[in-house]
Amino acid sequence: MTVDRAIARCVAGFAFLLMSLIAAFAQEETIPPGSPAIDLLRQLPEGSFRERGEVIGALADTGEVALVPILRALEAGSLFVVTETGQIVTTQADGDGVIATDVATGEEIGALASSAVEQIRVNNLIRREVRTAVSQLTLMSPNPARRIAAARDMYASANADSVETLDAALAAEDDDAVRAVMEEVRAVAILRSDASLEEFEAAVSTIVARGGSQSIGILQGALSTASEELQPTIQAGIAAIERNLALWNVAQNIWYGLSLGSVLLLAAIGLAITFGVMGVINMAHGEMVMLGAYTTFVVQQVIRTSYPELFDWSLAIALPLAFVVTGIVGIAIERGVIRFLYGRPLETLLATWGISLILQQSIRTIFGASNREVGNPSWMSGAFQFGGLSITNNRLWIIVFSLVVFAVLLFVMKKTALGLQMRAVTQNRRMASSMGIRTPFVDAMTFGLGSGIAGLAGVALSQISNVSPNLGQTYIIDSFMVVVFGGVGNLWGTLVGAMTLGVFNKFLEPYTGAVLAKVLVLVAIILFIQKRPRGLFALKGRAVEA
Amino acid sequence: MNVQASPDRAEDRPLLYLNGVSVSFDGFRAINNLSLYLERGEMRAIIGPNGAGKTTMMDIITGKTRPDSGEVFFDGTIDLTQHDEPAIATFGIGRKFQKPTVFESHTVEDNLLMALQGGRGVLGQLFYRLSRDDAAKISEILETTRLSARRNDLAANLSHGQKQWLEIGMLLAQNPKLLLVDEPVAGMTDAETEETARLLKEIAQDHSVIVVEHDMHFVRELGVKVSCLHEGSVLSEGSLDHVSKDPRVIEVYLGR
Amino acid sequence: MITHALLRGLDGKAWLVVSILVAVAIFVPASNLLLSPGHPLYVPNYLVALMGKYLCYAMLALALDLVWGYCGILSLGHGAFFALGGYAMGMYLMRQIGNRGVYGNAELPDFMVFLNWTELPWYWWGFDMFWFAMLMVMVVPGLLAFVFGWFAFRSRVTGVYLSIITQAMTYALLLAFFRNDMGFGGNNGLTDFREILGFSIRAPETRASLFAATAIMLAIAFVVCSAIVNSKLGKLMIAVRDAESRTRFLGYRPEYVKLFAFVVSAVIAGIAGALYVPQVGIINPGEFAPANSIEVVVWTALGGRGTLIGPIIGAILVNVTKSYFTIAYPDLWLFALGALFVFVTIFLPKGILGIATGLMARVDRRRLPPEPTADAAKPTPAE
Repeated sequence: MTVDRAIARCVAGFAFLLMSLIAAFAQEETIPPGSPAIDLLRQLPEGSFRERGEVIGALADTGEVALVPILRALEAGSLFVVTETGQIVTTQADGDGVIATDVATGEEIGALASSAVEQIRVNNLIRREVRTAVSQLTLMSPNPARRIAAARDMYASANADSVETLDAALAAEDDDAVRAVMEEVRAVAILRSDASLEEFEAAVSTIVARGGSQSIGILQGALSTASEELQPTIQAGIAAIERNLALWNVAQNIWYGLSLGSVLLLAAIGLAITFGVMGVINMAHGEMVMLGAYTTFVVQQVIRTSYPELFDWSLAIALPLAFVVTGIVGIAIERGVIRFLYGRPLETLLATWGISLILQQSIRTIFGASNREVGNPSWMSGAFQFGGLSITNNRLWIIVFSLVVFAVLLFVMKKTALGLQMRAVTQNRRMASSMGIRTPFVDAMTFGLGSGIAGLAGVALSQISNVSPNLGQTYIIDSFMVVVFGGVGNLWGTLVGAMTLGVFNKFLEPYTGAVLAKVLVLVAIILFIQKRPRGLFALKGRAVEA
Repeated sequence: MNVQASPDRAEDRPLLYLNGVSVSFDGFRAINNLSLYLERGEMRAIIGPNGAGKTTMMDIITGKTRPDSGEVFFDGTIDLTQHDEPAIATFGIGRKFQKPTVFESHTVEDNLLMALQGGRGVLGQLFYRLSRDDAAKISEILETTRLSARRNDLAANLSHGQKQWLEIGMLLAQNPKLLLVDEPVAGMTDAETEETARLLKEIAQDHSVIVVEHDMHFVRELGVKVSCLHEGSVLSEGSLDHVSKDPRVIEVYLGR
Repeated sequence: MITHALLRGLDGKAWLVVSILVAVAIFVPASNLLLSPGHPLYVPNYLVALMGKYLCYAMLALALDLVWGYCGILSLGHGAFFALGGYAMGMYLMRQIGNRGVYGNAELPDFMVFLNWTELPWYWWGFDMFWFAMLMVMVVPGLLAFVFGWFAFRSRVTGVYLSIITQAMTYALLLAFFRNDMGFGGNNGLTDFREILGFSIRAPETRASLFAATAIMLAIAFVVCSAIVNSKLGKLMIAVRDAESRTRFLGYRPEYVKLFAFVVSAVIAGIAGALYVPQVGIINPGEFAPANSIEVVVWTALGGRGTLIGPIIGAILVNVTKSYFTIAYPDLWLFALGALFVFVTIFLPKGILGIATGLMARVDRRRLPPEPTADAAKPTPAE
């Protein structure tokens, strides 16, 4: 299957949704007076089953869509004839008698004795005729959504008899989306008929092109009845679909993996600054993420109570706020604690862990220990199909967001004066200081930047995970793993590390389950660090040895 | 400088033999086709400007850095490129670092005890008991390095020069066949420098020594064969007078 | 040879600790069992269990000090060894329940019956025997430490990297033990123990004995650690901590030194965990939580690392405070603990004991004779 075909189907699917909405308003249809259908209806109770079957065929040929419910009623055995007048009616029980409604005009005739009406009998021949007629009528419906629905309805029942109906419908059809579905159904019908070899092969290839697990079922059904010479064609078709499905499955896993990777990237990228660039082990990093998430919560609370119309803008408002809030907290931590501990990484680790406990408990005291509800703005919710992929909007936005944050950060580090100063200070503090760089200021700013980015991550994560005081704890170990795996001091390493770990994790999950996958990933990283203690993108040379 | 590939007896081969050694870090060639050999009992001084590859050469000999190409043999048969630092140390190569590195939270005596020749296994250390010989050896080294009075002081409290000596003392305690001494007099007073030269000459009587030093005064005092390194290979070799008259050496030190 | 090494462990400091612990091991059970509840020296049952718990924590902190204080390995995963020892003990206690469980299945613990398992997994075999379980209490943490350390130390993973991967190790175990499929009771862990060595686990006599056993084991662990740090190996450990690469150029293999300390430490932690479980009556995956391991670090840091006594003091001090806080001001405990982390690292880098010895050293310096070098004075035949 090609991607553009898949896209075409997406579009078709979308159009279908829209049109079913419209169709809902156009439901009430009646047979126009003077239509030949009215006379034909009256012939329904008369004659042999075979003759009545022909009547039904004639009814179908009138193309009156309003006949569809009547025919369905006939099939269900709830169509009656009033013995005196010959009117065709549906009935409703009313005490001892019935209330009859003329199906041709939709008018209520009034109360009748039960004996005054007689059921129109049906047998299997009639039922089959009715089904064909209904298909034919709906396939001709002026409403494209109906036509698609009608065609879809035929998947299960399509057989040799449907081919003709479908051919007729196809001849009249000028909507590409509808045609596509009809052609597929026609192919299914041909598979169930004894069509020529060429037609059969064409049908198989149409179904293969359609793909999906349902198609495999259809082909397998055909396999049991098909002749010897067709077997290989069908089997090849099944194999092709399976390959295709496997491919989409891989794509879906990659998508999930990238989605997880983007979350990891967001959580880790601030750490790549504080740990990777500054060499500060900030165990309170996860709590910065948590603060970002709670900032979002507060923003949404204010919006909900005071400016409900702004709700869709809540994230846009929360982002800068979260950056500022966590950035300031970060600067406070750097000035208040970490600066006394430069050059003592293990002590830094312990002190920041202490800070993380304090931050968690503060949030718990203020907001309570339970999860807080952070809503998705409308543009973040929902999902769509992309070929064989199902993509949720929030995940998509988070991937985009993580990449944007990454790009901006890369720009800041590489192209701005602050970035230059940061790198200078981390490479040679004394030299930078003697060149007039205010190293304490740069330290504070760097740490603030790292923390601020963690806050941004918190805004994004509030959209997909529970916002609770423990939010940060969930991510801290993963974040460190990403940075260490990617190679400390290398932003690109963090990107590649996050995505690799995300994809690796999601590929393991189907085999091992989520928890074991995570355990295996951790073990793999632990082993990897033994092999390459400096991560994927390690700096090499004498300088590192110190 | 082609040394006969396989002399008959190990004792006849040079103690240290480097041939065509190269190593680069991220494209920078720290050592470039370096060849150098040291006879048994010889003391050699290595001079050269910053970045000439002196420390990297030491790193290669002691197993800290693995060369990209070339041969490094010790004691005739031991291929040093195949071994790591502890193994090379137990073969009998001791090293004193440029920046004195002693165990600061141990006493002077314990520093020597750590260095003392003997078993290096974990359980051996656990059940080790100080023997009369070992105690005597430590006292002797303390005498030699003039640290007897500071025996029970923490190494951290020594002066810079004393730390250098303690490190030399640790080398002696190791009793290696070859001593690599990196800038032993950096930061020393003149008197200390002279004292160190005397100490090294004393050591050289029964050990082979390679001394890396910038201080020409000191090198002259040692009065040994000199190799001048430049850009990772030997530029000139011979007596100090010979080397310092070599126009290429003069150019490297003064020119450009 | 071993006796000599152990005797070396019995220096003045060790005598003090051992005497106190032996005294406690005798006094607390005796007071609990022999005195009447009204007596002023009576130790109530709950306090026996509580103090037993503190001593287990102290032992864990002691184990951490051996690697952190002396080898410079900041393990953020020591809780894992503690928990593994605890699980080994828990498995023995589970098997002792026999058919008295809810489902009355003599062969399978309740949670396995609940999961519709039909037979005991192989890794549960032998845990009905006390000696085997006790062996596993030491072997399992020791083996994990050996394998982990073998890889980590050989590839020269040091400093914060090592800390982070030890944390990842315990985190991975936490996740793994949460799984029901692991066969260790999943989320609920192992609990509802009945008896140990045939004695009811709830009987005051058993509890008193467990307490005494804990105090004695702590004393033994202290002497072992003290013997190690007083040996030349102990000096080498400090040398490795301060200048690892230098020891390499002296011909030592620091990775083996660290591995030795790490494994010994893990075994001690495992024993501590094993003593902990029967006294608290449960072991669950929560013990693997990284937060637990890191809390042990602050006990050690507060008491003073590299002192052996300090961690014991720190562990008891912090946990007594914790017990007080969680009753009096439950919401404030984490604030206090967090502040403690910050305070200790910034203002008390050497811990309480470091300050105390620093003060004493200043007073004593003049009085001390030049170090006697006792061993040199009376040389013994080489062994």
